[in-house]
Amino acid sequence: MSIRNIQRPAAALCALVLVAAACGGDDDDGAAEGEPATCEVGETDGDLALYNWAEYIDEEELAAFGEEYGVQVTMDTYDSNEAMQPIISAGNSGYDLIVPSDYMVTILKSAGSVQPLNQDAIPNLANLLDEFTDLDYDPGNTVSVPYQWGTTGMAVNAAAIGPDFEPSWGLIFDPEQASQFSGQISLLNDPRETMGAALKYLGYSVNTTSEDELNEAKDLVATAREHLAAFDTDQADELLVNGETVIAHGYSGDMFVQFLEAESPDDYQYFVPKEGGVRWVDTIAIPFDAPHPCSAHTFINWLLTAEHGAALTNWNYYSTPNEAALDLLDEELVTFLTDPSLVVGGTESLEQLVDTGDFETNYSDAFIEAKG
Amino acid sequence: MIGSMRLPRRTRAGLSINALLVYVFLYAPIVLLVVFSFSDNRNVGQWGGFTLDWYQEFGDNESLQRALWVSVRVALWSTVISVVLGTLAALALERFSFRGKKVFDGLLYLPIIIPDVTMAVMMLLFFSQALDVADNLFGVGWTKGIETITISHIAFNISFVSVVVRARLAGMDDTLEEAALDLYATRWRTFRYVTLPQIAPGVAGGALLAVTLSLDDVVVTQFSSGPGATTLPVYVFGLIRRGVTPLINATSVIMLTASIVLVLLSLLAQRSSGTAFAGRGHTEPDRHDPLPISQKETS
Repeated sequence: MSIRNIQRPAAALCALVLVAAACGGDDDDGAAEGEPATCEVGETDGDLALYNWAEYIDEEELAAFGEEYGVQVTMDTYDSNEAMQPIISAGNSGYDLIVPSDYMVTILKSAGSVQPLNQDAIPNLANLLDEFTDLDYDPGNTVSVPYQWGTTGMAVNAAAIGPDFEPSWGLIFDPEQASQFSGQISLLNDPRETMGAALKYLGYSVNTTSEDELNEAKDLVATAREHLAAFDTDQADELLVNGETVIAHGYSGDMFVQFLEAESPDDYQYFVPKEGGVRWVDTIAIPFDAPHPCSAHTFINWLLTAEHGAALTNWNYYSTPNEAALDLLDEELVTFLTDPSLVVGGTESLEQLVDTGDFETNYSDAFIEAKG
Repeated sequence: MIGSMRLPRRTRAGLSINALLVYVFLYAPIVLLVVFSFSDNRNVGQWGGFTLDWYQEFGDNESLQRALWVSVRVALWSTVISVVLGTLAALALERFSFRGKKVFDGLLYLPIIIPDVTMAVMMLLFFSQALDVADNLFGVGWTKGIETITISHIAFNISFVSVVVRARLAGMDDTLEEAALDLYATRWRTFRYVTLPQIAPGVAGGALLAVTLSLDDVVVTQFSSGPGATTLPVYVFGLIRRGVTPLINATSVIMLTASIVLVLLSLLAQRSSGTAFAGRGHTEPDRHDPLPISQKETS
């Protein structure tokens, strides 16, 4: 999903808001900070207001929760992490639950904008896959619980390039291989993702803060440009299925949705190349001043059940971090979402993008230079 | 008069081509948008045969309809209130002099000049602080919602309405008002029977502008909204992240149709009220008021 897409101008905006909010300086209740809410398992303390990405949960699921616990659930939507963050950080947003992406959890946590979870009220945390219990953006899931996840990798038209290709970023970055598909390759139009793919090919971390490594990656992208059809984020999946490209750098969820609707889905393959790639995790968290923290805890616990975790994935086609839910996934999704061979280099080869602070501008500058 | 003027043939041809190009430039994207709302292909821009599925999906999509309803309510309330306040502000600035007029004048233009994001951040901070204050003083646990969106839309709409109405007022001959006052009409009567009928097109224009701006706004709305108050444009922006489907086209066509109907209605209303105002201006004072105005004023 293009959720991982970071909007730069908006980031400047939230910095502005944070400063202004800090200057406002009046003492907020702050009750939530530091102390987790005291809630029983299954306790509700009022109607639930959810702030989520559009089309990320089935409305009927929300109604089902409401019916089961006797509360009203309302949902509002946002279109980027950067738009959501200042609204939550300024306070009085009125929301009980938000769905921030991995790197945004770190930012919200350090700003004190999300409250610590009362893990005793969420016994279903035990249903999480082990690999999702201790990730760098929020070790131990103290303020957030993984909601859905996906990867950034490569999609190919196997019918067009032949089945015997090597699953490597070399298809794009090795001039010899790329020249065979000249003009039929697309890279994402995103500094962190695209520089990240090149860094992975070179064997470096996607979160490197070494200028030398970044320069190498920059030269690599600049060379690859010769055989590219486009730097495209929003339509990478469509270009592939339309036949305009045969190799595309893109997001797993976008690709799967497109494959499922293509005329011959078997022609296409999505994988994370052997050198590794980016994994994004969207999480669910409770704002520091949520009016109904207990309803929020109960909702998180409810989402982590096998039944409702699976319902989420069956509806939005993203991968679930919920181990118990894996058995209940729709047949057609199982091959796409749970096949371990999709990540050629194994889960260890995946990295989350981490906010690099001041070094972020080096990434955007390098990317702009590489694009020429 | 211009119509009866004979332009040289070549000038006329040139002007026609120019007009044609302008219309193509303005309307071709809209025509494409409408056409592709009937396309049976998930990807916009690729024709996949005729279908009404996307309209069906609009009918089935509760979130979308709820968002549309929120938008309509916000647009109506913010327009009504900002038209009244904006017209009053225009009258004050155009007809009276008072201390601080220059400052007030300048401040009124501010919401037009400052960028949307700045306004949005101001609103965000204002509401989050104001709600804290309200909670501390009165113990009311208000949250942001439709009301706060409406207030922020009123805040920028007042400026647009008053600018449009002022332009109309400036072009109006104020000797008419003086004449009415000379004939002992009260200020209110002068306004009701002389000023208002003349500035009515300006007020209507301001109102249309206000409706449009309110229905359009994304940034300010997003930052002043709260639980249960997602407007249509904000929701549509969210949808785009999951890939643009013709559902967005269908939604736009429905909004487009609604606004065209609205404009046609207002044109009709203006046409009929234009004559009605003129007629009433002469007859009504007599009908309601058998006494000559002067006697009533002095009694």
